[in-house]
Amino acid sequence: MDTVKRYFRSPAAVIGLILLLLVIAMAVSAGFLYPRDPLALAGRPLVWPFSNPRFLLGTDNSGRDIAAQIFYGARISLLIGGVATVIAILIGILVGAFAGYYGGWVDNVLMRITEAFQTLPNFVLLLVLVAVFGSTLTTVTIAVGVVSWPAPARLTRAEFLSLRNREFVQAGKTLGMKDVQLILGEILPNALPPVIVYASVVMAVAILLESALAFLRLSDPNVASWGNLIGLGRDVLRVQWYVSAIPGIAILVTVLAVSLVGQGLNDALNPRLKSQ
Amino acid sequence: MRILSLAGRRLAASIPTLFLILIGVFLLLQLAPGDTVDALMAQMGGGDAATAQQLRKFYGLDLSVPAQLGSYLWHLVRLDLGFSSIYGKPVATVILERLPPTILLMTASLSFAFFFGLVFGVIAARGVNRWPDTLISTLGLVFYATPSFWFGLMAIVVFSVYLQWLPPGGFEDIGTVQRGIWHVLDIAAHLVLPTLTLGLIFLAIYLRIMRASMLEVLNLDFVRTARAKGLDETHVITRHVLRNALLPMVTLIGLQAGTMLGGSVVVESVFSLPGLGRLAYESVVQRDLNTLLGIVFVSALLVIVVNFVVDLLYARLDPRIAAEG
Repeated sequence: MDTVKRYFRSPAAVIGLILLLLVIAMAVSAGFLYPRDPLALAGRPLVWPFSNPRFLLGTDNSGRDIAAQIFYGARISLLIGGVATVIAILIGILVGAFAGYYGGWVDNVLMRITEAFQTLPNFVLLLVLVAVFGSTLTTVTIAVGVVSWPAPARLTRAEFLSLRNREFVQAGKTLGMKDVQLILGEILPNALPPVIVYASVVMAVAILLESALAFLRLSDPNVASWGNLIGLGRDVLRVQWYVSAIPGIAILVTVLAVSLVGQGLNDALNPRLKSQ
Repeated sequence: MRILSLAGRRLAASIPTLFLILIGVFLLLQLAPGDTVDALMAQMGGGDAATAQQLRKFYGLDLSVPAQLGSYLWHLVRLDLGFSSIYGKPVATVILERLPPTILLMTASLSFAFFFGLVFGVIAARGVNRWPDTLISTLGLVFYATPSFWFGLMAIVVFSVYLQWLPPGGFEDIGTVQRGIWHVLDIAAHLVLPTLTLGLIFLAIYLRIMRASMLEVLNLDFVRTARAKGLDETHVITRHVLRNALLPMVTLIGLQAGTMLGGSVVVESVFSLPGLGRLAYESVVQRDLNTLLGIVFVSALLVIVVNFVVDLLYARLDPRIAAEG
């Protein structure tokens, strides 16, 4: 309860939460507000925003409703960001837990692999994965998750290293608990809070990575995503710059919301750090 | 000398990592649909199976995967990255041609982000929780959330289309031949917007770290001692606090080198700069897997070199590190 109270005491965290709820509301309501396919032709191409009440945010180069694409894009961004984050955190926890708990050669091997992933630029690896497995929604989501796990893995490992010799773990060992029980049942719950907070960073980066990929036309072209729309608007940038501008603001607001919520959670969970 | 041997040891330790990356990506690329020969045949407008067979034999693609990997690594040791059939040149040549714009762009962005991150971080830390701090911290959060390619596009709209101050893309003006200082200025003008675009997110990160690091160091005992001896505030900050607060910033350069290289893929595409990042994008679109693998190698190498330099800098900033090593 204290944590919740501390969270709501920070104005930035509250703003972040409101923005995030707004984006979620957009994703949920997309189906009612715009029952038609957002990628279907809706009217004349390149109608300026606020000039036609039928298309509040105007239409893009091929006459598709921008507002509808923004609402449906919220679904895609949250979906890809969320699922990719879950994948990255799960792999990260698995690798970090084993490396931190067992130490020795297990740690050595796992950390070498982590290092390899960190040495290779994220986005370059993402390009390789897309080149190999293609650009459907599923492959892009998995690829974004697969390039994002090293940082959570290092974080989990550090937590495990500091926890594995604590008394409660040794007590568990004396009781004859198995390694898996100790890792999952005893150490992990204690190591989890910082990793969960870090998930917000992973999610913010995942949303940015996917939108950059979509902008380069290397993501799934058959879904209404913000990055796709920005890439499309690039062809008419000189005059109808709004086609690119509007989805960019949507990305900015979403990433900002996710970061603010993460920061707020971090401060609420570690009240001593905040006082600095 | 100790510093060098310490950093050298870390450099040697990264060689296995480099091989791990190459082997991993090489095997991954075997799963890709279509190989160089398919891409080549498509470019030639198709051909029969016999020609494809011949070409595969010519490029050594008819061998088993381990044999191909072995031959690739063996060539690599002699700095031969293979042949790009799309560009009709050795991959090493293609990459070397594209490297200078990327290095220039990365150096410029890094300097921009580091310098302004430092300045803003110090200003924010000095006025902690007052309006300069709030303003700078808020801007930092917004910059962090801004997609770089979108910022780049909007900068083109404002500075190239409306104000017409700066060129919208390219590395140099190809319409006229310029010499000497004019040529340099021309390239600089072309690099202003890409530098800002790529550096923005790093500026946000650096100023946040600098602010936190300053606040931490400002509370340490030696700062109180410096103040107690009667040093004025500017002196305390520049001579005592700054050097200690810089350590996390320098660490960050090494950690962010890869991210920056990845970011340049997007930024170079926005501003059509003929750099390594754009080459990476092109080789994905054109299925030039040999070049892609070469880029993977060079970018990993670049990250390792940056980290080596960071190790050296680090030891220079904090002599205790070399002494302990």
